[in-house]
Amino acid sequence: MLYEAVRLALQAILRNAFRSFLTVLGIVIGVAAVIAMVTVGQGSTEQVQADVSTLGTNLLMIRPGQPSQGPGSGVGGSAASLTLKDVEAIEQQITSVLVATPSNSRSMTTIFGNVNYSTTVTGTDNRFLTARDWGLASGRSFYESELRTGSSACILGDTVRQKLFGNGDPLGANIRLKQISCRVIGTLEVKGASSFGTDQDDIVLIPIRAFMRRISGSQDVSMIYASIRDGISTDKAKADIESLMRERRRIGPFEEDDFNVFDMKQISSMLTGITSVLTGLLSAVAAVSLLVGGIGIMNIMLVSVTERTREIGIRLAVGATERQVLLQFLVEATVLSLIGGLIGIMLGLALGLLGARMLSVPFAPSASIVLAAFVFSAIVGIVFGYFPARRAARMDPIEALRHQ
Amino acid sequence: MTRNRPPATDTSETMPLIRLRGITKIYGSGDAEVRALRGIDMDIHGGEFVAIMGPSGSGKSTAMNIMGFLDKPTSGTYLFGGAEVDNLGRDQLALLRRNFLGFVFQGYNLLARTSALDNVELPLIYQGMAGTKRRQLAREALAKVGLKGREDHDPSQLSGGQQQRVAIARAIVTNPDVILADEPTGNLDTARSREIMDLLTNLNRTDGITILMVTHEPDMAEYADRLVHFVDGLIESDTRNEKVTTDAL
Repeated sequence: MLYEAVRLALQAILRNAFRSFLTVLGIVIGVAAVIAMVTVGQGSTEQVQADVSTLGTNLLMIRPGQPSQGPGSGVGGSAASLTLKDVEAIEQQITSVLVATPSNSRSMTTIFGNVNYSTTVTGTDNRFLTARDWGLASGRSFYESELRTGSSACILGDTVRQKLFGNGDPLGANIRLKQISCRVIGTLEVKGASSFGTDQDDIVLIPIRAFMRRISGSQDVSMIYASIRDGISTDKAKADIESLMRERRRIGPFEEDDFNVFDMKQISSMLTGITSVLTGLLSAVAAVSLLVGGIGIMNIMLVSVTERTREIGIRLAVGATERQVLLQFLVEATVLSLIGGLIGIMLGLALGLLGARMLSVPFAPSASIVLAAFVFSAIVGIVFGYFPARRAARMDPIEALRHQ
Repeated sequence: MTRNRPPATDTSETMPLIRLRGITKIYGSGDAEVRALRGIDMDIHGGEFVAIMGPSGSGKSTAMNIMGFLDKPTSGTYLFGGAEVDNLGRDQLALLRRNFLGFVFQGYNLLARTSALDNVELPLIYQGMAGTKRRQLAREALAKVGLKGREDHDPSQLSGGQQQRVAIARAIVTNPDVILADEPTGNLDTARSREIMDLLTNLNRTDGITILMVTHEPDMAEYADRLVHFVDGLIESDTRNEKVTTDAL
């Protein structure tokens, strides 16, 4: 009986193919919107997670300032700065930390020959490469002596190398960072864009002591990267670092931290959170579209029931029960709605693919959302098809047969 | 297979297929009240061919609708096969229509843009019969009304007479006890009408299907072996059609 009802429904729908198409347009748009949004949203979430893992999944960042200020708030004004001794203490006293490395950055203009290029100069040491899981493309890392004396050696990120040297060999060349002359000793591997959209390869590394003496002019360390040993939870390492830092900075038991330890996973979850809020909002818009689509289906089903009054009369005369007529029209509405849903799913996936390409994020169709779209369009059909179907089922056979 | 057709005036103890006692039907109320039937008593036995005649508004169609389980009487008793059916619900009446009756209408009432075969299958679908069996029975019914080879034609591709044959095939496909025909030749020319009447007569004689036909054409009523005249909601006369009976003998 259900198979028959579906067959009949398809017949009825195809009989008025164009009208049926217009009827389901609302559902198509609603479903396509949801699928496209969620697919692109999912893709960007995956992108963010991939980015975070290129940054180093086991990476903690320690900065002075209130924890509430977050990672982007810069160096806290009143809080005491970090020092190279803090870096040393974190690496040596906390067993869960593999390496700790200072990272002081400043935006500066680099000059080679007649090329000027503005980039970020970061003062650090060789452990930076370990912490960030970053290899050298050519040349070497800093010698111990260069680090100790703060001599002017520098390692170029790929973007800087390209801007200044093009295809030429930068090794051994002297570039200028403002007034400082600095010899290129190595180049970094390509790392790509970060989840914040910044180009991670747009960087010049110099020894931290060189940075302090010749650029910042102070002994302050603005940020420490700590990379955690494999198999140890970031939370544990974070707690260890926090208690060590509280001790070193003599923070009383009832005082707030004046530094913060930031976990890359937090960034990841924050960005994922933003994505899911956006997805949620757009899904709400799509839900409205589904509702409107459902009303469209109800409207057309009511028209259809009226138009087919005589047909209903015939069916009742040959012995269709109320339930059978109800089922027929309910199935018709549901099939109509499901067709809309399926077209919407395909359209949504196509748009999602297009969107993913355009935003250069991975195409990540979600099976569960496709299933949900399918189920929702079925529900829309049943809910909005019920009233017209009941009207059909309750018809008086004699009057229905008389209807012209 | 031939069922014995008892004479129209049968008074034996065998329970008639249809027994109406004091059937009334009143539409509307107050000043707008219309008394379509004002107390009908009638017995119809299995195998009879009954023509119901009368002017329009005489209540013949109302009586037909009640006997066809499409309508319920306002008062009175309706026994079908000995069972009281006047208090049954909509779905129970639908089941009775499905299993015991076949309808033939003046306007054919076929489903548009639906093949002859699909039209004939319709009652079987509601009986829940499997597809293969259904198609076989529908083909047989179409062959019986002389439409072999037209199974895939839409009603729009068939003449009026052919459409009425499809309707008859749909009526007999369930092997019903009674065919109710409401002005079955009303839309057809004389030659086509005669063909349809011959077909109905044949179904009555050969298969013993009881036929109840409403008509206002005396020529067509001549095919029946019992004539019932309705006037103003009452039965005016109920006679055996001697001519046909003699012809049949």
